[in-house]
Amino acid sequence: MTILVIAEHNNAVLAAATLNTVAAAKAIGGDIHVLVAGAGCAAIGEAAAKIEGVSKVLVADDAAYANQLPENVAPLIAELAKNYSHVLAAATTNGKNFLPRVAAKLDVDQISEIIAVESADTFKRPIYAGNAIATVQSSAPIKVITVRATGFDPVNAEGGSAAVEQVSGTGDAGVSAFVGEELAKSDRPELTAAKIVVSGGRGMQNGDNFKHLYSLADKLGAAVGASRAAVDAGFVPNDMQVGQTGKIVAPQLYIAVGISGAIQHLAGMKDSKVIVAINKDEEAPIFQVADYGLVGDLFQILPELEELV
Amino acid sequence: MKILVAVKRVVDYNVKVRVKPDNSGVDLANVKMSMNPFCEIAVEEAVRLKEKGVASEIVVVSIGPTAAQEQLRTALALGADRAVLVESTEELNSLAVAKLLKAVVDKEQPQLVILGKQAIDSDNNQTGQMLGALTGFAQGTFASKVEVSGDKVNVEREIDGGAQTVALNLPAIVTTDLRLNEPRYASLPNIMKAKKKPLEVLTPDALGVVTTSTVKTLKVEAPAARSAGIKVKSVAELVEKLKNEAKVI
Repeated sequence: MTILVIAEHNNAVLAAATLNTVAAAKAIGGDIHVLVAGAGCAAIGEAAAKIEGVSKVLVADDAAYANQLPENVAPLIAELAKNYSHVLAAATTNGKNFLPRVAAKLDVDQISEIIAVESADTFKRPIYAGNAIATVQSSAPIKVITVRATGFDPVNAEGGSAAVEQVSGTGDAGVSAFVGEELAKSDRPELTAAKIVVSGGRGMQNGDNFKHLYSLADKLGAAVGASRAAVDAGFVPNDMQVGQTGKIVAPQLYIAVGISGAIQHLAGMKDSKVIVAINKDEEAPIFQVADYGLVGDLFQILPELEELV
Repeated sequence: MKILVAVKRVVDYNVKVRVKPDNSGVDLANVKMSMNPFCEIAVEEAVRLKEKGVASEIVVVSIGPTAAQEQLRTALALGADRAVLVESTEELNSLAVAKLLKAVVDKEQPQLVILGKQAIDSDNNQTGQMLGALTGFAQGTFASKVEVSGDKVNVEREIDGGAQTVALNLPAIVTTDLRLNEPRYASLPNIMKAKKKPLEVLTPDALGVVTTSTVKTLKVEAPAARSAGIKVKSVAELVEKLKNEAKVI
């Protein structure tokens, strides 16, 4: 049994999610190979070779893979996949983009966002935004799987010494082109990758008041999120929305400020390790899932909290 | 240009689902069903493209039980021109759905296929991408902006940490993310008119598609319940607990 893990990277840095994905591969068991598809990505290949538990790294260095266009990357992975029992990618926007295309090319079902490995063919995955956990078994000859990073503790980035092998590319499918990218210039961590998330709800009253959350977040090294109510009210843009139809987060610490705790929101954050709720309404449903609740006026509490952390 | 929009009938997003006592699935008896929120955004985008004169016809398709006709009628009330239901009582996986949609694409020959990025029941986020593989079309997933110009469509995509723009040859596939648009509500006159719009019913057999799956659900469980913790009395106590008890800051 040999498992192919697709490295998540931007040609400059190997993303941490790759380490969680290798951890899932380790839980399945067997030899672990890593594919680095990119352009000018030799350094990523070297970094991948050092990951604990990886026995071989395949590098496909081709201009067609520079931006991970799924039309170009999927044929390469599908071709290589024929030599493997499992193909794993992180459930990032990138992995989610190309991997189903690989599965369909191989004519197998994909198993999305596993959070646990029961055996080599049986996995747990959340459905209904995490309100239920399904245990699914695959009889597919090649098991194509995306891995939710928060479900697996990362393996060490150092300690391995895998052989690096170049593989030839499958070229440009010629149906799509990369135009540009605008990455958020925020110094704050990305919501879904942050260890601490501070979120505001309707109780923030307006967008300007979110500055209290930003300054607290900066002190904690946290990302800032929002409830759907805060987004719908126009306080903040909807890429900050945490919830069933927004982003699903599972940080070490989630601080919900002025959020009542609608089902929609809880679905997006209830897998957080520790939840803190700050709300003036002591009956708010958010307190039913919070490890630590503080009832009071958030405009008094926030400055004091920022002072003390 | 013809646009095909795929919609799914799912549990309404405001419903708190409960796992059945025998762990065979979630209890959907007497639960409010709606159009998947991402599919509503897909319908809205198609209607806007028609209003701009980019699209000439919108065909909406759903794969599911007879009752999915309700969601198709909703799409018709929002502005789709006609509807196709591929009727199946089975719970189909994304690959089977993509194969059925491929058969409908072959029949309808749309220039653009718009789907929601994922259904909020199975949370797979696969169908659009799989349809891309089966048709060979380019895909713009998690779209926050769609602009058709000539024989290309530019799609701005929501990616981790920002936005990416890709140019796709038509025909192409777009899957919607939240920021693409805010769906309108159907007006009463349009709901009445939608009742008279054509709705064709097909079967997987008639489309020549085999829908077997390689994935079996062994059980469905409720997630580990979170119990309510404690109420702290002051900010100082909160910070002390976070530092010394939870050790998260």
